[in-house]
Amino acid sequence: MQLVVNGVAKTLDVEPEMPLLWALRDVLDLTGTKYGCGVAYCGACTVLVDGQPVRSCSFPASAAEGKQVTTIEGLAKDGALHRVQAKWIELQVPQCGYCQSGQILAAAALLDQNPSPSDADIDAAMTNVCRCGTYSRIRAAIHAAAKA
Amino acid sequence: MAISRRAFIVGGALAGGGLLLGYALAPFSNLKRARSLGAEGDEILLLTWVKLAPDGTVTVIVPHSEMGQGIHTSLPMMLAEELDADWSQVRMVQAPADPAFANGALARGYFRGEHEIPAALSGAMDFTARKIAEYMNAQITGGSLSIRATGVDGMRRTGAAARWMLVQAAAAAWGVPAEEITTDKGVLFHAASKREAGYGEFATAAASFDPPADVPQKPRSQYTIVGHSLPRFDIPAKVDGRARYGVDTRVPNMVYAAVKASPVFGGKLASFDAAAVANRRGVLKVLEIPGGVAVVADNTWRAQQAVDALPVTWNDGAGAAHSSDSIFAGMEAALEKGGLKRDWAEGDAETALRGAAKVVDQTYRLPYLAHACMEPMNCTASFEDGKLEIWGGFQDGLGARMTAARLAGLPWEKVALHHTTMGGGFGRRGPTLNYLAQAIAIAKQVDRPVNMIWSREEDLTQDNYRNASVARVRGGLDADGRPVAWLYEYAEKHDPAEATLIPYGIANRLARYASDTDPIPFGPWRSVDNSIHGFYIESFVDELAFAASKDPFEFRRDMLAGAPRHLAVLNGVAQLSGWGTPLPKGRARGISLKESFGTIVAQVAEASAGPDGRARVHKVWCAADPGEVVHPGGLAAQLEGGIIYGLTAALYGEISIAGGRVVEKNFPDYPMVKMADAPAIEVMLMPSGARTGGAGEPGTPPVAAAAANAVFAATGHRIRALPLRKHDLNGPPEPQWRPEQGGNSESS
Repeated sequence: MQLVVNGVAKTLDVEPEMPLLWALRDVLDLTGTKYGCGVAYCGACTVLVDGQPVRSCSFPASAAEGKQVTTIEGLAKDGALHRVQAKWIELQVPQCGYCQSGQILAAAALLDQNPSPSDADIDAAMTNVCRCGTYSRIRAAIHAAAKA
Repeated sequence: MAISRRAFIVGGALAGGGLLLGYALAPFSNLKRARSLGAEGDEILLLTWVKLAPDGTVTVIVPHSEMGQGIHTSLPMMLAEELDADWSQVRMVQAPADPAFANGALARGYFRGEHEIPAALSGAMDFTARKIAEYMNAQITGGSLSIRATGVDGMRRTGAAARWMLVQAAAAAWGVPAEEITTDKGVLFHAASKREAGYGEFATAAASFDPPADVPQKPRSQYTIVGHSLPRFDIPAKVDGRARYGVDTRVPNMVYAAVKASPVFGGKLASFDAAAVANRRGVLKVLEIPGGVAVVADNTWRAQQAVDALPVTWNDGAGAAHSSDSIFAGMEAALEKGGLKRDWAEGDAETALRGAAKVVDQTYRLPYLAHACMEPMNCTASFEDGKLEIWGGFQDGLGARMTAARLAGLPWEKVALHHTTMGGGFGRRGPTLNYLAQAIAIAKQVDRPVNMIWSREEDLTQDNYRNASVARVRGGLDADGRPVAWLYEYAEKHDPAEATLIPYGIANRLARYASDTDPIPFGPWRSVDNSIHGFYIESFVDELAFAASKDPFEFRRDMLAGAPRHLAVLNGVAQLSGWGTPLPKGRARGISLKESFGTIVAQVAEASAGPDGRARVHKVWCAADPGEVVHPGGLAAQLEGGIIYGLTAALYGEISIAGGRVVEKNFPDYPMVKMADAPAIEVMLMPSGARTGGAGEPGTPPVAAAAANAVFAATGHRIRALPLRKHDLNGPPEPQWRPEQGGNSESS
């Protein structure tokens, strides 16, 4: 199987139905993408496939063939943090941080599609779970990134 | 009998052994051992909590684990403040899981009792002595104690002592009196001779001076580091995928494991058919482990698929008879039967209740709760050449190491434990270590490192749970509607001991409890008993206010004349929330007040019934007096997070038992507050200057009652059992209060 992950072509010998999450984590050793529930509820495993956020725990690796996969490790470009990452640091968003790879990628995808989202837009797009309860800072950081 | 602090220390020492006391009072006695473990190169380990390098770098050794609460930054801030360090030169490392770094300061926090122990709480004596023994050899990150014990007792004292040693060294080298030397941002100055030197220059010389036990510390008015929201050390690695959690452990030659344990608590493995999955791709081994089975494979997914497909039969055992209904019925029966253990008492509550003009008598229930850390339980273990290595996130690394040694049958020196970042803790990664036991059992049967990750299904069904409980509360009002009696009965007491105390001036009060009613594995859940009693106490106080025809805020305020800090916080939240001002139709406010871990928190929630008849919480206001504030941004974040954690439980949280097993299998069965239903939260910090309180837990206990009281104000539905989502607020409300038999009340 051929995957393009963070702009780099990779060849994998895995079952077509293996979830993209586990192909990334255990085969390609990209551990920034997290396992949370395995049933596409929590979004800890969110990655971008052709710019769209997908829950990689429930997305077969084979479905990503021929597409661009972006993980948290590939969001910064040329050594510069994505504006969402920069605002995440500036507003000190993460607590435990485990869900934040998925939150950041979901936020980056939202801003790509909607440069100045309203609170209602954020409510609709940001459905990832954060058990530490960082939602108010995530919301503020998305608004700040929109203005950056 | 009142317990003086000193007598309490002596008593604790007598109960727990002289060695514990000796250790506690000699914080520098492990200097040599720590130096052999923590000092590298030509660095000199000044004290167990700090390293100072010749280039001036200050490395603070933190004996606690980071799980997002910010202590890897705020504890070094407390030390750097007293050291007069240059913050840009300060680094942090987490102490290795070794007894040299055992958290004596924390144990002393328990020794003293972080609360002024009221005479009424004499029952806490035995309990606290037990806690001392339990925590003495620990690196526990829990009890909201990192700042108020390690920070106040360890970091500050150590920072001041280190500065004192540097001053002595400079004074000796320069031949000037130590009193003439001043310090600022990592530099020593002698004004008269116009000499100055960086701390690094005297790091080596300073180590030869013995610090006195108690070096004077700065007045708070001179703080330049503490009290500021400095950027956390751990955050940059959490936005680009670099942070390594337990699940991310990668060591050479490593393989992966998935497990399945008996779904019935206490059940045993009867048989399994390894051959049915042994030939699946990637599967290396199919193993029996205590209470369950494991599959080892070349990646997590193949291991999990195989263990899911593995035919297993179980001997359920007697545990299969338990259900939520049977457990609640047992708890209610235990309360009815009497013979309860006394928790605390003042005055004569039973007599006062009989003489009351009006009696309110209500029973409440709370369900089991799972921790549901975002990072499922996991552990990597390697058992080779008679040595055990462990990788994972632990709230008590040293305790986990000792437990691992015991489970593996090894002396502790043969066990190494490597801390990883934790994807949530909330108490789950503290004393309850069933996942560690499994990882060790697997590693013993596989001659290479094994990374074992629980499925979310294992995580929710093999937790150690916040206990279910029942409370019956009776309160008496006099003819003017003033409370005169408080009789508080409940099932199951864990800790902290003071969680059932009330700040209100009710002359006659009694609390007592039933034990041995809970057959489900227990574990501390953010704020432990406080999450339970915050709901019961503050719901019932609201019911008393209603029975007295008084405003819930004013009713509480009028009982707080003897508790000025509580009164200030209650007034603060009333002002912050605009208590009493009009709201949109259908919405109302509820108020609640709960002290826990030395921090007093009052909250107001604004709620309504949604079109589906289910509760909605729109906004929460929170006022808190933590004594002092070390890191304002971090404290606010902890309070906000604690509110969301508690609100998730109040709105949605329920673990139910059927056939001795947990019914809820994954997140869709155990839903959580997300962005769209997260209320706006406004936090006001009101530090009174009192003893430093905790941060990680105190935001959680008040929120359930604040939300339920707001639901009552908005809909007339008094919620006496959580979660709120089970109540149809469009249906008929339950009765408001009922008179107790024998009371002099008139029925409403």
